[in-house]
Amino acid sequence: MISRRREILNSLITLSTKEVRRFLRIWIQTLVPPAVTMSLYFLIFGTLIGPRIGTMDGFDYIQFMIPGLIMLSVITNSYSNVTSSFYSVKFQRSIEELLVSPMPNWAILLGFISGGVARGTLIGVIVFCVSLFFYPSFEVANPALTILVLVLTSILFSLMGFVNAVFADSFDAISIVPTFILTPLIYLGGVFYSINMLPEMWRNISMVNPMLYVVSSFREGMLGISDVSIPFALGMIFGFIGLLTGFCLYLLNKGIGIRQ
Amino acid sequence: MSYALEISNLQKVYSNNVIALKGIDLKVSKGDFFALLGPNGAGKSSTIGIIGSLVNKTSGSVKIFDIDIDQDFPEAKRMLGVVAQEINFGGFEKVLDIVVTQAGYYGIPAKEALVKAESVMKRLGLWDKRKDQARTLSGGYKRRLMIAKALIHEPKLLILDEPTAGVDIELRREMWEFLKEINAKGTTIILTTHYLEEAEQLCKNIAIIDHGEIVENTSMKDLLSRLDVQGFVLDLDKPITEAPHIEGFPLRLDDPTTLVAAVSKDNNINNLFKLLSDHSIQVNSMRNESNRLEELFIEMVKK
Repeated sequence: MISRRREILNSLITLSTKEVRRFLRIWIQTLVPPAVTMSLYFLIFGTLIGPRIGTMDGFDYIQFMIPGLIMLSVITNSYSNVTSSFYSVKFQRSIEELLVSPMPNWAILLGFISGGVARGTLIGVIVFCVSLFFYPSFEVANPALTILVLVLTSILFSLMGFVNAVFADSFDAISIVPTFILTPLIYLGGVFYSINMLPEMWRNISMVNPMLYVVSSFREGMLGISDVSIPFALGMIFGFIGLLTGFCLYLLNKGIGIRQ
Repeated sequence: MSYALEISNLQKVYSNNVIALKGIDLKVSKGDFFALLGPNGAGKSSTIGIIGSLVNKTSGSVKIFDIDIDQDFPEAKRMLGVVAQEINFGGFEKVLDIVVTQAGYYGIPAKEALVKAESVMKRLGLWDKRKDQARTLSGGYKRRLMIAKALIHEPKLLILDEPTAGVDIELRREMWEFLKEINAKGTTIILTTHYLEEAEQLCKNIAIIDHGEIVENTSMKDLLSRLDVQGFVLDLDKPITEAPHIEGFPLRLDDPTTLVAAVSKDNNINNLFKLLSDHSIQVNSMRNESNRLEELFIEMVKK
């Protein structure tokens, strides 16, 4: 007879392993595309156009761009991993396998988020490795902060993806948010430029873009430069993770989107 | 007395204001093989959904082996296995992975889960399909997989929501034998089905639900004893031109060698054979005209 705690841990390991195996099994759809797309970004904007742009905040343009493009990949992949996985189990009704089991809701949430975090961080590492082909001398300024922001960003956007999947009632609904909200905000959040280049009005508008804090914190970790205050940015990230975790657990406890 | 399942004043009103359950009470004894019957939309699946945590109840209480689902649902769920009406597994996963993963959700370690999966899958004739993708299975094997998933944690109460829907006769019979076997070993079984013959063959007790209310809850024997008249189809050894007139036994000739007799509860069927013999009519074989339970069921849900 195993203890209830051990039982929950086993169920969590089962769900997390299943989630990781899911995206590894379809690696051609999940791991290869970001590597190919980012290679093209590095080639075109970094190697071909970058030298004509010159430096950005004292760094080669490709060097400046690397943290932004890693974040772009991490955000979109951690988000889409959880939306597609959770929406699929709803669509196929295999969510019932979890609902009839004694797994607590927090363990179900953690299981799905762990899949998104695993994919997000793995994609981050892959894109960083790809960037080294184009800029071999890249040195990470603050590895601890870099890893911390990488993991926190994956958690944050996995949670956002979970909320999207809970409310989604069609495959369209899981692609609308990433296409029309997430991607534009990331592009306007300083992936390709420093907001210090912008006129004051646009700079002020950019300050309310949450993506700016994520991209800037990561750039601080990788290059040692940032458009925003790092303690404030980390506080915002932690705060949003806390809020979203609470909201996701509320949705699961109420059974919104999953129970009739 | 404690029960395997005890439902009190259970109500369910859906968000579109459809009242699925109007405060039902139901008790299922330990070790019972219980039938929950009702027409489409009567409230069977809502009841099972609430017990299995797939549907939120509006009010009322549900106890599984004395454990109130509002007090300790995880513990109650450990006692429970649910075979849902609709297929509910990922089609791209391998059959063995689906069963082992389900065990994992119940906290069973992977090694132990593999041993249990092999045992239950062999009993259900699924082991040879273990490496196949679930979507490639035939309808019958998909049903077996649903049952294997529900049994992997060895539940004390197994609920099957129309498990043999769309299954061929041979597999249905196999499933019946399997269910009888696990019931004999102590598992309480609750079955919903549209095949009333299935309920009659398998179940000791029965409840009929209609429009969200329990309209009957009794033993199968008691229910069937209420039939006043039963129809029997008699296959004759030689053709006849018209049905003989026999006092007390209304007869109808369906074709020259098929005679249909209505036998009331007070009459002995041996008398009918004797009287037919007096008319030089010999009977080769005999069967029920239609499912007996079906007649009662239709009568009850008509009210």
